[in-house]
Formats: sequence, structure tokens, C-alpha cells
Amino acid sequence: MTTTLTKEAPGPVDEPVLRKPPTRKRLVPYWLLLPGILWLLVFFALPLVYQASTSVQTGSLEQGFQVTWHFQTYLDAFTEYWPQLLRSLLYAGTATLLCLLLGYPLAYLIAFKAGRWRNLLLVLVIAPFFTSFLIRTLAWKTILADDSLVVDALNALHVLDVTSWLGWTDGERVLATPMAVVCGLTYNFLPFMILPLYTSLERIDGRLHEAAQDLYATPATTFRKVTFPLSMPGVVSGTLLTFIPASGDYVNAELLGSTDTKMIGNVIQSQFLRVLDYPTAAALSFILMAIVLFMVTVYIRKAGTEDLV
Amino acid sequence: MTWLRKNLVVIAGLLTLAYMILPNVVVMVFSFNKPNGRFNYSWQQFSLDAWKDPCGVADMCESLTLSLQLAAWATVGAVVLGTMIAFALVRYRFRARGAINSLIFLPMAMPEVVMAASLLTLFLNMGIELGFWTVLIAHIMFCLSFVVTAVKARVMSMDPRLEEAARDLYAGPAQTFLRVTLPIAAPGIAAGALLAFALSFDDFIITNFNAGSTVTFPMFVWGSAQRGTPVQINVIGTAMFALAVLIVVAGQIITNRRKKTATA
Repeated sequence: MTTTLTKEAPGPVDEPVLRKPPTRKRLVPYWLLLPGILWLLVFFALPLVYQASTSVQTGSLEQGFQVTWHFQTYLDAFTEYWPQLLRSLLYAGTATLLCLLLGYPLAYLIAFKAGRWRNLLLVLVIAPFFTSFLIRTLAWKTILADDSLVVDALNALHVLDVTSWLGWTDGERVLATPMAVVCGLTYNFLPFMILPLYTSLERIDGRLHEAAQDLYATPATTFRKVTFPLSMPGVVSGTLLTFIPASGDYVNAELLGSTDTKMIGNVIQSQFLRVLDYPTAAALSFILMAIVLFMVTVYIRKAGTEDLV
Repeated sequence: MTWLRKNLVVIAGLLTLAYMILPNVVVMVFSFNKPNGRFNYSWQQFSLDAWKDPCGVADMCESLTLSLQLAAWATVGAVVLGTMIAFALVRYRFRARGAINSLIFLPMAMPEVVMAASLLTLFLNMGIELGFWTVLIAHIMFCLSFVVTAVKARVMSMDPRLEEAARDLYAGPAQTFLRVTLPIAAPGIAAGALLAFALSFDDFIITNFNAGSTVTFPMFVWGSAQRGTPVQINVIGTAMFALAVLIVVAGQIITNRRKKTATA
């Protein structure tokens, strides 16, 4: 404001504002950025370059690896592990959808219906976080164990007959089946869906709902035409925050699944830390990154929102 | 029937909440179990043994201390670097702003396993020994983006005229920063710090790749899932949960009191 004013009527008092700031001052933002950006460049960007180079190397652990531009690794890795890759996307996608279906009512409840219980409910959403997520995931082993109350109830209601027919469970068992893994993934990433949903719902002006009702919209129409579209930023960031980490997760598949439910994260982990086949592991990790980044870009374009996080 | 339809959202929401809290309840209940064997997965008998001797398992409390130390240092590192970046991004216009924004966004938009694996290739190629330092480097790296986002949100809603006013009242740059800018930005920085601490303390995937033989608490839990889970793990989990709820409730009471005294 001051600068535009002084431009028209330069007075002696405002003179210092008009002068170009000294070089020392213009460099301030760069000094502020330098350490952090350097950290990200060295420990985030540079590692990706190293991984790219590792993925086109050949050799063995004993004789060492050399860059031989062996792109065949990508093709081999893909042909061998496409089932795990596809499974990861499928599981992560299902978990994201379930998170949206389960999380939306809770976020809606907290934002519009909770009244003075709002803070308590928010605490209850965040508090489970404080128990290490591995401990909580292990608890699912107890919940889904063969003779647990939950599994007995599902059996009594013949739910497992249907899910087994669909291939989600295995006979009377839930543990070590796709359903257990998806259940764990959904559980683990649910807060990442609820919090952005809540933030965007909370911003909606309550008067818009009243206006919709005044114009004779049924609650369902109000939701479809007013509430849901206005909550889209939350839906988009929530689904991203759920899908991206879920697609690379290997903890749930390892603790709650079996060899038939291995995800791409499990493959990358074992190739890197057990088999020590670094080129294949690096190639797989790049394939996963490329697929996720591609899907995210397409999704953001389609959803048409730029303001993430 | 109309009652059901009217309260459908409430019922669905509460069911989701139950789904989210169920594992915590199980962890709590099983902290009082006396397991029959190495695995604490099925209920046997009530016992207070684990609560009486929470550190009775070899190496568990050591890993817990290590995780707390790591999280503290990672928080300090990420908060200092992240706050500087956030201020630069909000307060200054300069070239490469877009590129820097993407560089900060990317770590959050990438599956953790990709970052973990690429960092491992860097350390392997450089011949750096894996351990405490490599884990700390990794934790600062992935917490940084979250701190920047949290602080940025707060600084953006800050009125720059407050700082101008301070300068008009002859406050020096240091004084302005310490007495005006920092106190206003504090809630954002605190939120970022809390997030960084929680993320670092609970991180498994990146640590698993870059820790070498160093054992953090999540890694101890992971290992115990194969070897047999001691009841003490449930005790720690329950204690963490209870402590968090206590802190939040205490914070609520304090802010409520302040509000009351402010309005009175």
C-alpha cells in the first residue's frame, strides 16, 4: 500500500521505501531456504537419482554392481511382480473407498451434529494415533483370530459364506485373507481421511443448508447439491492421503495377510533387505512411484482442485 | 423408522468411531493378560504382572528411549529448517518459488517405501554406515514437509501490519521477530513440532530400511511380532494412549479457563 502511494507523491519521509532494497536484504529468503532445501535435495532428490542409477545396474553383491544401462530389469521386474503390483493398487483403492464411506459420516457428525461434544469426538479420532500403529495393527490379529467374537458373529450371520465365495475370505477364516489386509489398511489410514474431510466440512457456512431447505430441497438433495460439492477439497486430499501411503504399505500385508496377499511393498522390502537384489528392488520402487504419480496427476486434473493439503 | 432415518448419520459416525477405537480397547484389555506361551493373542487370565514390571523385557525400554531421543532431535531439526522455509515462502517473492513448493510437496505425495528405498541406495553407494545418524537424517527429511505445511498455514493468516506497527514503534528486527512474529507463529510451529514428533516416533517403514542394526521401538514391536509379543508392549501402548488423552483433556481445561477469565 505505502509503496503505491509514495510512487505518486514521493515525500522525504517515505523515501527509504522507494529505494531498491540492498542486496543483503534481497538475499534473505535464499538464506532462509538454503539449509532446508539443501537437506531435501541431498536426502530426497539425490537418493532418487541414485536409485535410478541402481535400477539400471547389473552385477552381484560379491562382485559389485556396475551401471550397464540394463533396462531389461524393468521389464523382468514387471513381468514377474505384476500380480503384487495390481493387488497393491486394488487393495489400496478398496481401502480408500471404504475410508471415504466410513469416514464421511463421522466427519459430518463432528462438523455439524456434535455440538458441545465436538472436541471430545475430535480427541477420540486422534487419540488412537498415540498408541504405536504397529501395536494397533497387531491388535487386529486378536480381533480377527479364528475363534474371536467378531469372526464367530460373521460366521453366524453367514457373512463369511458370501465373502469366501467372492474370494475375500477363506472358509471360516478371516485372518490371512485379503479381507483382513484391506480391513487393516482401512483402519490404519482412516484418520488421514477424516481430518481433511472434517476441515473442509467445518468451513461450510451453515446458512447454505438453511437456504437449500428454504428452497424446498430434501436433505438428500441438499447433501448432493450443496454439502458434497463444497467438501470436494477434503475428499480429494483425504483420498490422496489414504491411497498413496496404502499403495506402498507392507506392514498390514505382512502382519494380517499370507503369501497370497503380498503387496508390492512387501516385494520391495524383501528384495532390498533380504534378497539383496538391488537393481530389481530399485526398478520396482520406480515403477510404483511412476504409477502413483501418474494416477495422482490424472485424479487431481479430473477432480479439478489445485489447493491440496 | 423415522427416528432411524433422522439419526442415520449419527449412528454411522459412531460405528466408525467404534471401529477406530476397538484396537485400542483390545490393547488395553490384553495388557492385563497372562499369556500361555510367547504370543499374547488370546485371552488367558487376568494379571497385573506386566504393569508391575513394564521394563521387564530385554531391550524394550532401551528401544523406547532411543525412539524418544530420535523423535526429539528429528523434531528440533525439522522445526528449525521447516520454519525458515515457511517464512521464506510466505513472506518473500522470489524466483524458483514454484519449484521449491513442488520439492516440498513431493515427499508427501510419494509412497514411503519409495523414499525409504532410495535413501538406502544413497547410503549404500556412499558407503555410509547405517545406524542412529542415518535414521535421524531420514526422519528430519520426511518430517520437514509436514512442518512447512503446518507453519505456512499459520504465517499466511498473520497480518504483516502487526510487524510494521512494531517497527514503527522503534522495535529492532530482532525485537520484532522475538516479541511479535514468533509469538503469533507459535501455534503453527507447535502444531508442526507435535506432528513431527509423532511421525518420527511412530515411523516404521523408513526406519526399517535405514536403521541397520539400530532398534527403535516400532522395530522392536515388528521383531516381537515374529518372536512372540510380550505383554509389556500392550502396557506401553495403553500408557501412551492414556497419557495422550490426559494431555489433551488438561489442555482443553486450561484453554477453557483462560477463555472464561478473558471474557469475565
